[in-house]
Amino acid sequence: MIRVVFFRLMQSLVTLLITSVIIFALARTSGSPADLVLAPEATPAERQAYIERMGFDRPLAYQYLIFLKNALQGDFGKSLRTGQPATRLVFERLGGTLRLATVALLIALAISLPLGVVAATQRGRTWDRVGLGFALLGQSVPSFWKAIVFVIIFGVWLRWLPTSGVGTWRHYILPAVTLGWGVSAGIVRLLRSGMLEVMGSEYIKLARAKGLRESVVVWKHGLRNALIPVITFIGFMYGIIIASGVVIEVVFGWPGLGLLAYESTLWRDFPVLQLTVLLFTVIVIVINFLVDVSYGLVDPRVRGG
Amino acid sequence: MGEAPTGPVLEVKDLRTHLFTSRGVGRAVDGVSFALRRGETLGLVGESGSGKSLTCLSLLRLNPQPASRIVGGAVLYEGTDLLAKTDEEMRRYRGKRIALVLQDPMTALNPVFTVGNQIFEAIRLHQGARGSRLRKIAAEMMRLLRIPDPEQRLGDYPHQFSGGMRQRAVGAIALSGKPSVLIADEPTTALDVTIQAAYLEVLKEIQRRERLAILFVTHDFAVVARMCDRVAVMYAGKIVETADTWRLFDDPRHPYTVALLRSVPDVEARIERLYAIEGQPPSVFEPAKGCAFAARCPHAEARCHDEPPPDVPLEGGRAVRCWLFVR
Repeated sequence: MIRVVFFRLMQSLVTLLITSVIIFALARTSGSPADLVLAPEATPAERQAYIERMGFDRPLAYQYLIFLKNALQGDFGKSLRTGQPATRLVFERLGGTLRLATVALLIALAISLPLGVVAATQRGRTWDRVGLGFALLGQSVPSFWKAIVFVIIFGVWLRWLPTSGVGTWRHYILPAVTLGWGVSAGIVRLLRSGMLEVMGSEYIKLARAKGLRESVVVWKHGLRNALIPVITFIGFMYGIIIASGVVIEVVFGWPGLGLLAYESTLWRDFPVLQLTVLLFTVIVIVINFLVDVSYGLVDPRVRGG
Repeated sequence: MGEAPTGPVLEVKDLRTHLFTSRGVGRAVDGVSFALRRGETLGLVGESGSGKSLTCLSLLRLNPQPASRIVGGAVLYEGTDLLAKTDEEMRRYRGKRIALVLQDPMTALNPVFTVGNQIFEAIRLHQGARGSRLRKIAAEMMRLLRIPDPEQRLGDYPHQFSGGMRQRAVGAIALSGKPSVLIADEPTTALDVTIQAAYLEVLKEIQRRERLAILFVTHDFAVVARMCDRVAVMYAGKIVETADTWRLFDDPRHPYTVALLRSVPDVEARIERLYAIEGQPPSVFEPAKGCAFAARCPHAEARCHDEPPPDVPLEGGRAVRCWLFVR
């Protein structure tokens, strides 16, 4: 077990290192921050001075090594835009993103678990079609478009829900539903096929032969087994939620990491952008690790013995 | 277990379960009739695909749906027709009056719940026990099936049990409702011979004590000889011969039974080649016009191919579905 954890830790560090190289290089392809930070009337000399002061004239590899050396000491640089430490800006936003992603995931589960189960048990009938149709729609319609349509319907026409910002629980609804719906499709389909397989198994036959109610057979004996692959999938989806969260946070003005990533891209705020993306990576790695650990809780066979 | 009942505890009359597939309608169970008395073991033997398992599942109305449907007949439990019950009424018979043991112990237990949990479920349902009494009864059930260290093993998961122990756990679940009928669908096929023998002995002992009626499905004649009082031979969805076990072995009447018994390898005979019945059983989707065995039967006459044979009662309470015995 300790060896497994150690191996996973090493793997994660390599992943982080590669991500940092990619984002470091990619960010710099967008142009020089000097264009945005300095006033438009700045002279070429002033521009040159800025670039030299920030070290942007050095070779890219050299810049990267400096970044790495500082990062290892916990210093991710200062925002080019506001001068505040990148760490402070980023960690301020972390909670907002995690809260939104978690609520979105819960909504996705609340929608797709019943739909997946009902679709499987009512195979080929109305609820099966409803479930698959709903899932397909959520998956195929891009989230920015869903977000805008929701804003128009619930914010502008009906005036039921706030369309932007944070504050109350009502601010969560539109962005979280938009995000959650998008990832429901995968769960509904995975769960449906899992349930179809599980419900044909011998232990389901035995559970019925015991005289258990059909609801107990389906929701206890069936679902518990069909959930095993779904749990693994959730880790994967958490990453998707966070990634598509960038768009959603921009549309709904949600002050999270996604919005920060968007803003720092626009401003070529390299230190902030780098740290944001690295933090995304860490979140996904941690979630996947937790999923692997929880796998043993759900499936006793994995625990060994 | 009360006073001696007069009639059979389970009586099946002309049961028909058909398959509904894209290939058409398959008469998988095509008019099965038998009676089962308390304390008696009736063996149901036949080749794979003869409809044995589907018959078992149909008795509990657990045949796969919508792939198959019971289209006719009656399943009388102490005189009441189970086929006329609502789903909810039927559920109350399952496990409580008629219990089922499945073929493969490796897949019959739910892998994500402890063995104890799965036994508790049955006891809670059928005996209404809770808390420490529940644990006590569950441990007793496991002891009854001779599972060692029942208290500790209650917390184990199925994968921590050996095949033989799993089948005993399934047995403990099945008997938790104190049923009067046990349907055992090839319960020992997946077990090693020595484990098989021990399991059968446990089953016999419980049967004697509880006066349990057992419908024992198998294709193993050694198991039949050991377990069954009477045997019903099934072929292509029909029972072709019913007789007391010793009579059937001594003097099989139906040409299919004769062939079937001849195909059992005999270790002492030291024959070079194993006997196999020529040909294939007919497809359930294209039933024969006359007797289903006619095409493979060495004694077949003209009418065997044209008309289905009637069930002919013979001496000693036995019956044969064959034209050769009609006179």
